[in-house]
Amino acid sequence: MSVSGSASPVAALAGAASPVAALADGRLAGGAWGDAAVKFGNTFGAVAGFLGILLVVFLVAGRARGRLARPLAVGVFLGPAVLLLAVGLVVPLVRTVYLSLQNDDGSRFVGGENFGWALTTDSVQEVLLNTLLWLVVAPLVATGLGLVLALLVDRMRGQAVYKSLIFMPMAISLVGASIIFKFVYESRGPGQPQIGLLSRLAVAVGWDDPPNWLLSQPLNTFLLMAVLVWVQTGFAMVVLSAAIKAIPDEVVEAARLDGASGLRLFWYVTVPMIRTTVMVVLTTVMIITLKAFDIVRTMTGGNFGTQVLANEMYSQSFVQFNTGRGSALAVILFLAVLPLVAYNIVQLRKEREVR
Amino acid sequence: MTSLRKDSVPEGPVPEDGVPEGAVPGRRVRGRGGRGGPGGPAGVGGPVRKAFSSPLASVFVIAMTVLWTIPTLGLLVTSLRPKQDVTSSGWWTALLHPDFGLGNYRSVLFEGGSGASTGLLPFLVNSLAISVPATVFPLVLAAMAAYALAWVRFRGSDAVFFTVFALQVVPLQMALIPLLRLFAGGAHLGSLTLIPAVDLKGSYAPVWLAHTMFAMPLAVFLLHNFIAQLPRDLMEAAVVDGASHFKIFRSIVLPLSAPALASFAIFQFLWVWNDLLVALTFAGGTPEVAPMTVRLAQLSGSLGGRWELLTAGAFLSIIVPLIVFFSLQRYFVRGLLAGSVKG
Repeated sequence: MSVSGSASPVAALAGAASPVAALADGRLAGGAWGDAAVKFGNTFGAVAGFLGILLVVFLVAGRARGRLARPLAVGVFLGPAVLLLAVGLVVPLVRTVYLSLQNDDGSRFVGGENFGWALTTDSVQEVLLNTLLWLVVAPLVATGLGLVLALLVDRMRGQAVYKSLIFMPMAISLVGASIIFKFVYESRGPGQPQIGLLSRLAVAVGWDDPPNWLLSQPLNTFLLMAVLVWVQTGFAMVVLSAAIKAIPDEVVEAARLDGASGLRLFWYVTVPMIRTTVMVVLTTVMIITLKAFDIVRTMTGGNFGTQVLANEMYSQSFVQFNTGRGSALAVILFLAVLPLVAYNIVQLRKEREVR
Repeated sequence: MTSLRKDSVPEGPVPEDGVPEGAVPGRRVRGRGGRGGPGGPAGVGGPVRKAFSSPLASVFVIAMTVLWTIPTLGLLVTSLRPKQDVTSSGWWTALLHPDFGLGNYRSVLFEGGSGASTGLLPFLVNSLAISVPATVFPLVLAAMAAYALAWVRFRGSDAVFFTVFALQVVPLQMALIPLLRLFAGGAHLGSLTLIPAVDLKGSYAPVWLAHTMFAMPLAVFLLHNFIAQLPRDLMEAAVVDGASHFKIFRSIVLPLSAPALASFAIFQFLWVWNDLLVALTFAGGTPEVAPMTVRLAQLSGSLGGRWELLTAGAFLSIIVPLIVFFSLQRYFVRGLLAGSVKG
């Protein structure tokens, strides 16, 4: 099948490259390269096996004719996806709700106790408050900056370069981005040379003994948000820029004939025309903000008053093994995300109908 | 957003920044010349932009670009400097007195840092070994499902599509604990074993499976949008010729869907490569299966002051997505505008 043509050479190449490299560098770390060859072999085998099985199933099922042909096709095409969704999402969804109503080792039904714990415990209240702060600040800043950039960058010479560079962080993992910014925020004691950019800038403007940024509350929460803003601004810019370019000429022309220009044109024509897109971008960044736990986990581990819901959920579930509480936090996260996603989906539907 | 429609995927003139014109929610571009070349007239959309194009605007954009680029540059420069330089002066001084080498990369790949028994090499291998199958599996299975839902009509197909569509709202956090238990302990109904416990420790299978499951709703939805728009005549002609659904899928649907498949593949690859949550939950932290992101998150704590190593490691982990991003930016943007943002 044609997909195998695009997928397997990658794996095959990787599998073939490592033994060669193993010879070249055998002295340094022979074991590691050997391991790599085995792992790539397994991976390639899995992909090839997967595609091979599918091909055989296709060939066999494709021979069916008559009344059985259609149900068989539906079963083969749809079966795997439905099974994966049922086992991977639907059943777990129900189970997590069920687990959230039980105590932490799952031995006793406790009703809403875990939710009561989440809403009344001081430490968790702080977490919820932080999450709310993230939810308001980070998406607004990212979308706002993205909108301004989208408006400004289009007329510039070499705009592709600017756009690409601002968009680039989107490709970097949140873990990678966190390490990049941890280095920017690196702080050292007085007398030592500052190697973190932020500390150095602070010294440059006359702040001789800048604080340890990631330990200073509540500033540190905003410094963590900066990482998300750094990643998401490019996304907002690209999507909004496309929306601005798509405003019909007649609209702008008519507004101009009516004497609108400059800021008024922006405020009364551009903004209303792209309002839907702005909202979709905003809610999308909000959803990402709610679910992202990587930044907090990598930069502070949730300490120093920076904890957020997604990371607390992970800690409760997989570090402290408080299954009931972890599940309750997951349900809260779900309920928080739900209206945002629902809004986005409704918007998508509307736009589709407009077409 | 529906830019995955066949007609809105321009193969010819795509603007240099890779954003396909017209690939925008809801609206289409009507022929416009207005990419206002340097000094040239500014198309019809000009007035809006003109108001914002002043020297001040340019300064702002350039400043933002520099600000957005500097952190990554700092990472790259630091990763190339010798240890004693990194601790004794800021990375920006190296721009004037360059003394670069690849020593840190050798250390971090093969020797590990303080307290680390192995280098990053196994983790880098794991990242690749996780990402490729976790992209291929959902891509193929979702394309199959999308085809069935779009072209093999059957009773209840609308209900199935809507359910898949609605499942996009479920954050994967909701599925982690039960799924982990399923992988570890199997599934039982009373004393009846539905799915036996399988020992998958030290294997990539749970991570592949989890990524495949979580990718399904978005993948089916996006590919369905595209596949449903394929020309009906073509499908009907194939049926008349006696082609089975399997034949049609292989020889018509897959080749024609290549742009949509490419968009999703890039998205899924970047998503899996950059993922921490799923890997952390289903792979643990061992060199046998854990990917780069998991290891880096660990090192970020334990390698504290060893910035020359941490920066080299981080750069190794971001170089692959950056290459993918810069070489395939066009498809990436296309997928983005089609709504492939998941979390």
